[in-house]
Amino acid sequence: MHSAPQPLHIPDGFLSVLVSLLFWLLTAAAVGYALRRVGKDLGDRQVPMMGVLAAAIFAGQMLNFSVAGGTSGHLMGAAIATILLGPWAAMLVMTCVVSVQALIFQDGGLLVLGANIFNMGVVGVAVSYMAYRTLQRLARGARWGLFAGGFIATWLSIEASALLVALQLAVSGVSPANVAVPAMGGVHALIGIGEGLITLGALAFLYRARPDLLLAGEERPIKGQFIWAFGLLLAFGLAVASPLASSNPDGLEWVAAQAGFLDARRLSPFNLIPDYLLPGISNQALATVLAGVLGMLIVFAVTLLVAYNRRARRASD
Amino acid sequence: MHIHFLDPFQPRQSPIHQLDPRVKFVLALAFILTAALTPSGAWSAYILLFALAFSATILSDLGASYVLKRSALALPFVLSALPLIFTTEGASLLDLSIGAWSLTVTQPGLARFASLALKSWVSVQAGILLAVTTPFPDLLVAMRALGVPRLIVAVIGLMWRYLFVLADEALRLIRARLARSGDAANAELRTGGSLVWRARVAGGMAGSLFLRAFERSDRIYMAMLSRGYDGEARTLPLPRIRPLQWLTLGVGLGILALLLVLAYLI
Repeated sequence: MHSAPQPLHIPDGFLSVLVSLLFWLLTAAAVGYALRRVGKDLGDRQVPMMGVLAAAIFAGQMLNFSVAGGTSGHLMGAAIATILLGPWAAMLVMTCVVSVQALIFQDGGLLVLGANIFNMGVVGVAVSYMAYRTLQRLARGARWGLFAGGFIATWLSIEASALLVALQLAVSGVSPANVAVPAMGGVHALIGIGEGLITLGALAFLYRARPDLLLAGEERPIKGQFIWAFGLLLAFGLAVASPLASSNPDGLEWVAAQAGFLDARRLSPFNLIPDYLLPGISNQALATVLAGVLGMLIVFAVTLLVAYNRRARRASD
Repeated sequence: MHIHFLDPFQPRQSPIHQLDPRVKFVLALAFILTAALTPSGAWSAYILLFALAFSATILSDLGASYVLKRSALALPFVLSALPLIFTTEGASLLDLSIGAWSLTVTQPGLARFASLALKSWVSVQAGILLAVTTPFPDLLVAMRALGVPRLIVAVIGLMWRYLFVLADEALRLIRARLARSGDAANAELRTGGSLVWRARVAGGMAGSLFLRAFERSDRIYMAMLSRGYDGEARTLPLPRIRPLQWLTLGVGLGILALLLVLAYLI
């Protein structure tokens, strides 16, 4: 069964603290707005529906199919959630899915959770919605609009998330944009096709079994111009920023340095205190490591003491 | 059941398990924040961070190998930082030339890469410890106490309840596909028809999973209505945090702050 690494879930330590906090703010704003909209537009029936659908998206990630050479395509879910639930509820569902993945299964970090929710939940949903609605309008209710819209929404949402991850890594000074953008963009352009095909299959199934679920959005139009414009802006911005950044990686690094996004780089102690040496140890690096080891021994001593105490207490009970 | 869907919680009677979930949550977040804030190349600080995580592991009665093994799962992402070794400017250690490409390993590059990998690794350990020593309902309590909106907590709670049910459904779907279209022992060999056909089958499975989820959510909604649900997610008031737990929180945050100061000084 698949144990595919999910390169869209950034673990802790890979984004600088400032970038992480910035994306927490953006996520809080977007999710807060989505919460208000869901509270206003939708009935109380939505709460169990969102919960169970979130579980289905999580479980749906097990449904893979072999593509070639041992790799497999599987489902991220932002696009299909958007099609089934509308953009605001889908945003909340994806927020919950990504949060549980990080909190329980360590797919993605906790400090960078804001960025992960933003990439997959907010951007994934907004871009999906933009693409899906646009194609539906173009098709004027014809069937091909549903399927083309579903496929393109899936592919675009994955590609947008991947490019955003690459840019975030680049701004944090972890992976230069001229490597990260083509690598992430290229790999996910292929993954997106696999996932788009699954979405297509799922839509075809639902269209035959329960067309009312897919047409629900038509009968009860959700005012979505705002998120449509937001999705378009994101897709357009990423489409312009990614090639720019990858052709001028130093430019992005410069911006990051100006904004203080880069990870703090410690000044070398050799320059700071040139004559500083620990008594008896003539190598500065060795002295630093020894100080760390000493500290570790102290921590372990305390730990063992506590553990020993507990055992003694348990024995006396 | 799929390994990924096993509840990671391991019941024990350890001090880490008995820690109030809110205190544990805040401490884990503070630990990860501290790791993120430590400057690159502060090796002694990393050793201390690892020592803290490792002692918490020992205190949790889980056995050191359990947490260490799990923490290795998050390592593949380190690959994305590999270019750092070659792109950071500084004294060169090693020149590689592969065909027309030539890459230079620099000392600061290697140091930054190693720092990043270590920071990420200790952070994952903190996350694992939190997940493994806290039952899910307690995590929901901690989320509420930290101000996560009620609706989100309610949806996450429902999601967790039905996650295992739907994972079972998905497994049954996979078993049915396996029984009907076979499975090659060699992963390189394709099973079933063309790529599009396989994608269509997987898509049909996903669609049917979503359909079952929809229908189940209708039944759940009816059940909730019949038990007095009126659209409001009600919860018990949060229990008070005992003084000893406050002390643990204070000491823990103090140690982390001290460690951060040390990381910049030495």
